[in-house]
Amino acid sequence: MTEKTSGLAAASGGPAASVDVPTASGPAAASALPAAGGGPTARPIRDGVGLGLAVGTSGLAFGAAAVGSGLSVAQACVLSLIAFTGASQFALAGSIATGGSLIGGVAGAVLLGSRNALYGLRMTGVLAPRGARRLLIAHGVIDETTAVTLAQPDAASARLAFRATFATLYLTWNLSTLLGAYGAGRLGSPQSLGLDVVGPAAFLALIWPQLRAGRTERAVGLLGAAIALTATPFLPPGVPVILAAMAALAGALATPAPEPTAPEARPAPAEPS
Amino acid sequence: MTGIWVAVLVTAAGCYAFKLTGLTVPRSVLNNPRVRRFAELVPVALLAALVAVQTFGAGQSLAIDPARLAGLGAAVVALLLRAPFLVVIVVAAGTAAALRALGIA
Repeated sequence: MTEKTSGLAAASGGPAASVDVPTASGPAAASALPAAGGGPTARPIRDGVGLGLAVGTSGLAFGAAAVGSGLSVAQACVLSLIAFTGASQFALAGSIATGGSLIGGVAGAVLLGSRNALYGLRMTGVLAPRGARRLLIAHGVIDETTAVTLAQPDAASARLAFRATFATLYLTWNLSTLLGAYGAGRLGSPQSLGLDVVGPAAFLALIWPQLRAGRTERAVGLLGAAIALTATPFLPPGVPVILAAMAALAGALATPAPEPTAPEARPAPAEPS
Repeated sequence: MTGIWVAVLVTAAGCYAFKLTGLTVPRSVLNNPRVRRFAELVPVALLAALVAVQTFGAGQSLAIDPARLAGLGAAVVALLLRAPFLVVIVVAAGTAAALRALGIA
């Protein structure tokens, strides 16, 4: 991108001109250089890999919790491999630990996973999944991938960010589940490492740009948090978070989308610098 | 043990079905401005709710864990200072871990 701009600027002076006009293109080139090095593909990958590594390690907590709840190491690992949605996994392990009915535990865990359908609704426009690839992409539609994907400025970055997050998180989450399940109790507790703050901090960081973007977004975020906290004492774990979708509904009714704003409808940024 | 295996498999199947559902909804649904705005705002609402519940929730009750709260506060400060994503995470977890190690919180 940046090369295109400097190329255009130099084009008036002929093919060799780019060598001869350091003064004219000096400041622009200087500021463009790091951008070219850290180019448009670097950020989505860095975001995705960073989050995948950071959040994926909380698989340690899941593996340890699952084995502590009465699941075998194999069961903990299979759950991470084929359910691959942390909150539901914790919910199932938790209900098995309390010795409640398995049907109730499964129902709660699956209900908790229903928010991924809402994420998919949002992601389908950006990722434009087709055919059999849809089946693979679907497995990766979870909190973290949604947050990183939708934080990107254009559709190409978004798709890249999705792949980077999904791949890194899937590997890290499953490896750390295995480690946590084997090492349950032998490692320091996840709390002593501060791992319990990784999730909230990551989610906050990921919605931060949207919270800064508009009053409606801030109101929806605050309302969603308030709904979930208010409902927590009265409803089974997981349900309060799903209930928070009411805040998005209120925001949508108050301020319908004025024009097509989905990232795929937006042209890629022109890269002025 | 068999019961737990069944629970594991049914949970995984149910969760996958929900993931696929969202991607399978006809795109024409998103032509409605309110539906589109709803889909845009859902991640904000749900992720903000997760932040709140994971910070203040203790099972089905609410509790204040000073170390966790301090960690999240440190994350907010880092975000206000425009720190990169990974720095925010490390600062948050490090703050909570340090406070706990020192026995302050």
